[in-house]
Parts: sequence; C-alpha cells; structure tokens
Amino acid sequence: MMASEFLSIDLPAILVAVLSATSCGLLGNFLVLRRQALIGDAIAHVALPGIVAGFLIAGTIATIPLMIGAMAAAIIAAGLIEIIRQAGRLESGAAMGVVFTTMFAIGIVLLEQTDASNAHIDAEHALYGNLESTLWLGVTNWNDVLSREALSKLPRQLVTLAGVTAAIAILITAFFKELKVSTFDPGLAASLGLPVKTISTALIVVVALAAVAAFEAVGSILVIAMFICPAATARMLTDNLARQLWLSVVVATIAGIGGYGLAAFGPQLWGDSHSLSAGGMIAVVAGLLQTVAMVAAPRYGIFCRARRRRAG
Amino acid sequence: MNPPRLIPFEPSQPRNDISPSPLSVRGLTVAYDDKPAVWNLDYDAPDRRLIAIIGPNGAGKSTMIKAILGLVPSLAGHVRIFGTTLRQARRRIAYIPQRTSVDWDFPASAEDVVAMGLYGKIGWFRPVRRRHRALAREHLERVGMEDFAGRQIGRLSGGQQQRVFLARALAQKADLYLMDEPFAGVDAATERAIVNVMREVRTAGSTVLCVHHDLRTVGDYFDHALVLNIRKITDGTVDEVLTGDILQRAYGGRLAETEIHAIAHTT
Repeated sequence: MMASEFLSIDLPAILVAVLSATSCGLLGNFLVLRRQALIGDAIAHVALPGIVAGFLIAGTIATIPLMIGAMAAAIIAAGLIEIIRQAGRLESGAAMGVVFTTMFAIGIVLLEQTDASNAHIDAEHALYGNLESTLWLGVTNWNDVLSREALSKLPRQLVTLAGVTAAIAILITAFFKELKVSTFDPGLAASLGLPVKTISTALIVVVALAAVAAFEAVGSILVIAMFICPAATARMLTDNLARQLWLSVVVATIAGIGGYGLAAFGPQLWGDSHSLSAGGMIAVVAGLLQTVAMVAAPRYGIFCRARRRRAG
Repeated sequence: MNPPRLIPFEPSQPRNDISPSPLSVRGLTVAYDDKPAVWNLDYDAPDRRLIAIIGPNGAGKSTMIKAILGLVPSLAGHVRIFGTTLRQARRRIAYIPQRTSVDWDFPASAEDVVAMGLYGKIGWFRPVRRRHRALAREHLERVGMEDFAGRQIGRLSGGQQQRVFLARALAQKADLYLMDEPFAGVDAATERAIVNVMREVRTAGSTVLCVHHDLRTVGDYFDHALVLNIRKITDGTVDEVLTGDILQRAYGGRLAETEIHAIAHTT
C-alpha cells in the first residue's frame, strides 16, 4: 500500500472514526448511567430533518447551520411529544416512538425530494455514514503530515470532530464531580445547591452536538452504537467512574481503528476487492467488544459470575 | 406501664443568643396532579432535638422534606432555615434521601459516595483530593464502615448502604439533618449506628428531622414528633404526641386498637 494513499484516504477516515466514537462514547457513560441511553438514539433520529433543513437553508454542509437545524428539530420534537402525550392520551414512551420515527421519516423524504442528494448528503449516507469520502488531499508522505500546508487542508469533518471531542473532554473534566453526583443522586445534588436540571439539559445539548458531529462519519443509525457500546463495555470492566471513562475511550478507539481496518482491508485478505461499509464495521466491532466483555469480564462477566455462584 | 424513657437532652451550656428555629415553615402546600400531598403546614422545629416525622403512608412526610429543600415545587408557603432562606442555609443542611431512590449499581465505592458529601465545600472545578478521601474514610469509621471504604456500593447490604448515606451526611457537618426513612429495612447494627450518630450530632448542637415509620421506637429514639396526615395533626414532645387520641386521628382505622394501646404513653 502506498503511503500517500494511506495518508490521504485511510488516515483521515480512521481519525474521524476514532473521534466520533470517542466523543459519543464519553457522553454515553453518563447516558447509560442515567438510564437515558436511548436519548442518543432519539436525538440522532429527530435531528435528521433538522440537519437536512439546515443544509437546504444554508446551502452548505458547514457544522453550524446543521447544528442549529438539529437543535431546532430537537426542540420541536420535545414540544410534539408533550402535545401528543396530552392530546392523544398516550404514555410518554409511545409518544416518543411516534415522534422520533415520524421525524426521521420526514428527514428521509426531505433528502430524497431535494437537491441535497447532489452534495454528499443523501439518504444512504445519512443512514450508514460517509467515512470513505473523508479525504485529506495534498499529503503524500509522512514527513509532510505536520506541515502548515498539509494541516490547512485537513478535512472539515475531522477538524470539527477534533474540536467537539476536545470540548467534551474539557467539559467532563471540569464538571466531573457535578456530573457524577447529579447522575448518582439528584436529590443530594439539588440539596447541595447544584443546578440539576441545567446539568441534565446541558448534557443533552452536548449529546446533540456529538450526534450531529458524528452523524456524517458513522451515520444516523450507527450513532447509537457509539453512545452505548463503549460505555457499556467499560462498565463491565471497572467499578470506578473515572476509570470507566478512560476505558470507554480505549474501547471507542479500538472500535474505530479495528472497524475501519476490517472494512477497508479485511476483504482483501480473502481476495475480495470490494470494501465493506466502515460505519457498519465499526458498530460491529463495538458490539463484539461488548459481547466479549459481557462473557469474559473479570467480575461481571458471565463466566466469573457462574463460577462465583458455584463457589458460593 | 410506660417503657423506659430517654431523658430529653439538655444543652450543658445555656445559650445566651436567641437563635431562630432551625426550621420554620408557614402555610406550606404541595400537590401532585391536583391531589394535595401537604396542606397548609405550619411548623417550627425545636433547636437541638431529634424530631420524628410520623404519619400513615401517603401522609406527605417525604414530600414535606423535599419541598423544604426545594426538590419538589410547592404551591404556597415559605420556609426559613435558621432564620434565613434555603439558598443561604444550604451549607448548614444535610439531606439523606430514601435509600431506594438511587441506583446502587453506580460505579462508585463507599468512599466515593461519602466524598460526595464534601462536594459543596470543595466547590466547582476542583477535584476530590487525597485529604478529602481521608476525611471520607474518617466518617465511614464513625458508622463502623471503615473496612468497606473501597467496596462498590452495590455489593453492600441494605443496612451498610444506609450507613454510607449516614456517613455522607456526617461529612457535610450540618446543623440541620433531614433524613428520609433511614431506618427502613435495616439490620439491628445499622439501627444502633443511626441512633448513636443522631445522639452524637445532637450533643454537638445539631437538629435532626427524620421521617420515621416504626411507631414502637419513636419514643425511644426521638425527643419530639411532628404528626402529619396531609395536614399537621399536632407536634410536641414524644410524650405529648404519643396518645391514643392523636394516633387515632392521624392513622384512623389503619392502626388496630391494641397497637395504639401498645404505643401510646397515655390513653
């Protein structure tokens, strides 16, 4: 394999995959612990029509209009859920199910009916991701990687994701105590004077940010795997929240590199020239890692629990 | 015959300052979906006493505590804590929620949970440091849980979990403790630990308000009681309150006649 090909095609895609998995995976720790794991999924679905509308209005796939569109869609969804819950006399789970699927469907229809399909935002990519088209052009060998010229040509997605991931890491570090106590015991947190509702809302806003940033890379459907699998896998391996966060980053990184590697180079190993969907493979690797953890984790794995039951 | 009584605590040093009541509630009204949970409650908690909040299920005992702390919205009324607002008095209050209100599968050790009691003092943007962890372990020791400091909280017994919560409240070094059913479903060792800790903090000058279910132990563990059934039935020393007439009014048919006789000090 040529160095230039790796640098311009594979490296940016791998970095985008790792950064989306990391940003979603970090937040996933709190979503899973708050039993709100499906909120990441819901946001990824609800955001689609907003992303398309943002694209149509702004005419570009720059992050800010897409983000505004996604946020607007999320707010509309919240309003709709409340209206349907009250007017339709449905419990909130049913109301959410109706709103999420309907808005997602509207997003797909919007995508297919508009010129949006001409740019690289179309239904297939919205669903399965667009990793393979993340290109870093103009880089031919490793010595140039850190040159100013090469850095200025970094793919826009990659720069956005790097920014979002850094912001998430900084926020989690700065508000670690507050996130921890308001997740474990909101009653105590509120009695200490912490703004529990604001913290929850802020978490959801950052989740939406990560979902939109990762949306292009791994696609709407696969974002959910990134929110849940790294956190759930890490939870099997430790009883310490800080360690769990670090482990989820490790799992996300392995899923990103491993998934892309299998998709891009795996088929060549058995002589097939087609490559597989990278977004799909990343989710598969994330799911495999979680399965391995569930079976073989030191304390919580199925084997160890069975052995303890026999012993005790 | 009356059971042996705990002598109400008298402060050894007379206090010259006329300090406001630890908790003063006027007209507190809370409702869930148009159904009143606490109705027009007036209450002044006596200083440096162990106070039980008693009443039947659904009487609004937990709701009252949550409304005092602003955890549930109140429709009307106001609350003063040591003569100031809740916001100004936050650092002087420690709250123990019901044990079943949190997820004990959370990735935290007993020591982590006790350290949460220190978060208010540590403040924003500052990490939990070694000295905070040492402090947390000291408080675990006070409830006899020092050997379990590093254990994940889900692998503690219900009583041990309750003692972790108690240690966390102690770490807050409060002047007013609000406890929501700390005695629910705990073992005898934990029950003793809770009673001892309550007496210790009373000696140190604090006041404890505690939602309590077991009418048989109210007289032994507490100095005062507030009897609640949506409205306030009455309040006073346990001797004044534990009468057949008052219990009948609070619990209605829910307590058998014989039980009332067993609990009441006068009939």
